[in-house]
Amino acid sequence: MADKAPVVRVEHLSKHFGSGSARVDALVDIDMEVFPGQVVGLMGPSGSGKTTLLNCIACIMEPSSGRLTLDGEVVYDEHWLRADLRRLRLDKVGFIFQYPNLLPFLDGTDNVAVVLNLAGYGSAAARKRAIDLLEYLDVGDRKHAMPTQLSGGEAQRVAIARALANRPRIILADEPTAPLDSARARIVMDLLRRIAAEQDAAIIVVTHDEMILDRFDHIHRLRDGRLERDSAAGPKHVGASESQIASN
Amino acid sequence: MNLAYRDIKHNLLRFVLTNFGLSLLLGVVIVITGVYGGLVDDALKQARAANADLWVVEAGTNGPFAESSRIPGDTRELVSRVYGVQRAGSVTYQSVQTELNGKPLRLYLIGYELGRPGGPRTLIAGRDIIRSHYEMVVDRSAGLALGQEVPLGTHGHKFTVVGLMRNELTSSGDPVAYVTLHDAQGLQFELAPPAARREVARGGAGETNDQINAVIAKVSPYVQINEVSSALSRWKHLTTLTQEQQENLLTKQVIEKSRRQQLLIMVLLIIVSAVIIALIIYTLTMDKARSIATLKFVGAPDRTIVGLIVQQALSMGVVSYFIGLGLVLAFQPYFPRRLVLDTDSIAVVFSVTVVMCLAASTLGIRLALKIDPAEALSAAG
Repeated sequence: MADKAPVVRVEHLSKHFGSGSARVDALVDIDMEVFPGQVVGLMGPSGSGKTTLLNCIACIMEPSSGRLTLDGEVVYDEHWLRADLRRLRLDKVGFIFQYPNLLPFLDGTDNVAVVLNLAGYGSAAARKRAIDLLEYLDVGDRKHAMPTQLSGGEAQRVAIARALANRPRIILADEPTAPLDSARARIVMDLLRRIAAEQDAAIIVVTHDEMILDRFDHIHRLRDGRLERDSAAGPKHVGASESQIASN
Repeated sequence: MNLAYRDIKHNLLRFVLTNFGLSLLLGVVIVITGVYGGLVDDALKQARAANADLWVVEAGTNGPFAESSRIPGDTRELVSRVYGVQRAGSVTYQSVQTELNGKPLRLYLIGYELGRPGGPRTLIAGRDIIRSHYEMVVDRSAGLALGQEVPLGTHGHKFTVVGLMRNELTSSGDPVAYVTLHDAQGLQFELAPPAARREVARGGAGETNDQINAVIAKVSPYVQINEVSSALSRWKHLTTLTQEQQENLLTKQVIEKSRRQQLLIMVLLIIVSAVIIALIIYTLTMDKARSIATLKFVGAPDRTIVGLIVQQALSMGVVSYFIGLGLVLAFQPYFPRRLVLDTDSIAVVFSVTVVMCLAASTLGIRLALKIDPAEALSAAG
């Protein structure tokens, strides 16, 4: 990784809520780097600050102090605007929610295409790419299904397709395997590993699931808003497709 | 991709039911507009039906519609002799109530001289009055048929319906009926037998019935109306009003209070409609809060969110407006009052609906813009 610049760089990042005696330090002096192609796990007990850190990196929560650099762009410097954050989220960040959060009034294809439309794609081009992505994620046959007609795993795959639509350099996932059984959780994690390798994207996954630890390149553990230790353990099991992808 | 359309399509039943309710509300607004238009139109029609250039009435009065006016029957001959008067006719106006088939029937009776100005203008069925007694031309809203006999007056003389008119109503909605001047005078002054006997006993039976409410004058096209009006005003026992003055009296005095009442009801209904639309839009936006948060999270600009809400509000208003209009037009013949819905008033209500929807959507827009993208991260609802 040394020859590559980090896609996500967090330096001395802190976030607190309230003030005086009511002050809560949600994040304290966090330093973290994630490189292209890496899948990083963010673990810790409830209230440890995982989601707050993810929200800061996703540009929906402003840190109290520190520096955040996404794909070479410094975020939250003195000139940032709300529209810039929106553009960053649209262009550079793909987000996979704990629950799929699909728009209930759009079918599978349009749930993916809507992000492309927002990025300026024409309707036909957006739909074509959406269908390609759904096929890539093995849900091409469900492209016309409404969210209520999809199973949990299918809906999560459509949500992943939406997160990938704009070819983001950074993919953030907030407990993406929580609503899934262990077999499906492993499939989703393998899929994320494949995406990281194929698209050279940095993936940060917030999880409680100890069963998928072997799918991470790095694991960052948070406790009381502080980074506890940096586990650099590589995956015991590399996603089945990674070697295939490398050979492609 | 039109998100508003997709959302409507997805919740079509809810959209249809909401629109049906809203269309009834907007239908009531359109009805009130029609009633308002009908009120003004009927009032003006009363004066315009006479096709007069000048109205000669009792001195110091604004008769015959705004105030009562009584002048001698020979006034018409005096007026006819004035230079510039082409034709003149005596008229009387009175409200009568009778009973037909056990139901009350109210008529606004106009007495006129056959072959002179002041009679019915356009018939939709039957013929004009040709006999000097007991024939009647009536508006079809009275529910009378040709050949039907209607008892009128204290002696219960039966008047035969010989002609029917359309849309000849007073501002209070009573159908207009025309009879000959003599019949009208008889109905106005004729006493019931006991009252007549008492009148004879007190020696007052010799009083003449030849009194009228106004004389209608048509002025020659070669003479200025004002010129004739000044000539007539030299008679101190008479007042002369031009057609324009008569119309002003009707709209500014006779129906002014009713007009204001209708206007007030209309404004209140528009406010109620706006509040209801605002609440519907607000509720629909609340239902979509998670979708809006997700859209914001993935980078949708505010204009996309605002567009979604405004388009839904407008489509709801416009669709409901046309359903409401369709319902009103379909049921118009069954309304107890005449509705006048001209293109202008329909366009005004449409514009008000559009403005109302835009104003009402601001509440939903405010809510939508306040939604934090981070809400998309909360547990699935």
